[in-house]
Amino acid sequence: MNLTLKIWRQKDAKSQGKIVEYPISGIEGDMSFLEMLDVLNEELINKGDEPVVFDHDCREGICGACSLQINGEPHGPDRLVTTCQLHMRMFKDGDTIFIEPFRAKAFPVVKDLMVDRSAFDRIQHAGGYVSVNTSGNTIDANAIPINKEDADEAFNAATCIGCGACVAACKNASAMLFTSAKVSQYALLPQGKVEATERVLAMVNQMDEEGFGNCTNTGACEIECPKGISLENIARMNREYLKASLKG
Amino acid sequence: MSGLIKSSIARKVAMALSGLFLVFFLLQHFTINFTSIFSPDTFNELSHFMGTNPLVQFVLQPVLIFGVVFHFIMGFVLELKNKNARAVKYAKYNGGANASWMSRNMIYSGLVILAFLGLHFYDFWVPEIVHKYVEFAPEDPTRYYGELLHKFESPIRTGLYVVSFVFLALHLWHGFASSFQSVGFNNKYSVAATKFAKAFALVIPIGFIVVALVLHFTH
Repeated sequence: MNLTLKIWRQKDAKSQGKIVEYPISGIEGDMSFLEMLDVLNEELINKGDEPVVFDHDCREGICGACSLQINGEPHGPDRLVTTCQLHMRMFKDGDTIFIEPFRAKAFPVVKDLMVDRSAFDRIQHAGGYVSVNTSGNTIDANAIPINKEDADEAFNAATCIGCGACVAACKNASAMLFTSAKVSQYALLPQGKVEATERVLAMVNQMDEEGFGNCTNTGACEIECPKGISLENIARMNREYLKASLKG
Repeated sequence: MSGLIKSSIARKVAMALSGLFLVFFLLQHFTINFTSIFSPDTFNELSHFMGTNPLVQFVLQPVLIFGVVFHFIMGFVLELKNKNARAVKYAKYNGGANASWMSRNMIYSGLVILAFLGLHFYDFWVPEIVHKYVEFAPEDPTRYYGELLHKFESPIRTGLYVVSFVFLALHLWHGFASSFQSVGFNNKYSVAATKFAKAFALVIPIGFIVVALVLHFTH
């Protein structure tokens, strides 16, 4: 497969970036998108050029490190996959592919396609945890009976890998799907109820402080999420937030 | 409670609640307008009631104007904040792949509705206020139907109204159903609620179009 890549190149956080065109050939359909970028980088290094910087780690759809806005969609045109799971067979010979970093004011570009997603970490730090007594009297979590439906929903919310595709897809660069998944995974469980009020207020406050946009319910985040995190979580977070605001 | 005013969720809920209020108003407005095509007397009676009842005039009317102004101002504020949240735009953005045109362009359908409201106020509300509170003209309970017919004589005005109602449908198509999600309503009844909202988004604007066209072509 012969392709034309239009890649965002940016020297560092302070420099102006631009789209640079790279022709690439010999790409197999069975390659992953990141493997295709590896081939390009090998060519660039052999020519003495600077390789394209992009985030990656596990390369099996678990870690959430790989990002990339591919042809206008986070993680590319396939559904329920991360960029490392995206196969080149999704493209045709002769295609032009735009590759850009996830764009949001709260995700500043570090270099080329790599962005700083530590805003998500700070939202987590604000309240995405439960306080557990570890003095030797820790209660086994399995000893607390939990309704199967709630356990399943909490688990589904907890599958969020924090990749940032929801922010990248949203026309408003809103982080509500991510934040709501982290709020929901605890709000649904008895262990999380103790700190529920403080949690949702602190996490939403942090989300707003980071400069993410407002959710307008377009649903783009749910469609593009590689883990299929549902919009139900956002409705739950809205309920939790209103309840907590009126209480606190 | 203090953080509630400036929080993104509170703004979203405020948009939804003001939108829901306007949806109820639309239903009431349509019901009265619809009577004009089969019973001018009923239309006159209802219009006279709405135009002279002190509760409607001095309580509900100011609340409605506040609701409309609040919805628009909040809409613009949110649009500006959202634009600011992505300072550098994508070179290629395939928004249609994951969200409807209606949901992505609420600001534009809203702007058309705002322009329409300007025309609508100029046509009906301003003359009504002048008639009642500037000229202090004697009240004639049978004048409303004739005034309505007069406005829809012009094909240009009728056309502008029809186009505006199409944009109203586009705005409601996303806005009404979306307001349920904003207030935290997403459960086993959501599918039925969404279907109702989408049906409303079609039926009411189409109804307004029918009224405008019937008044224009039959008189």
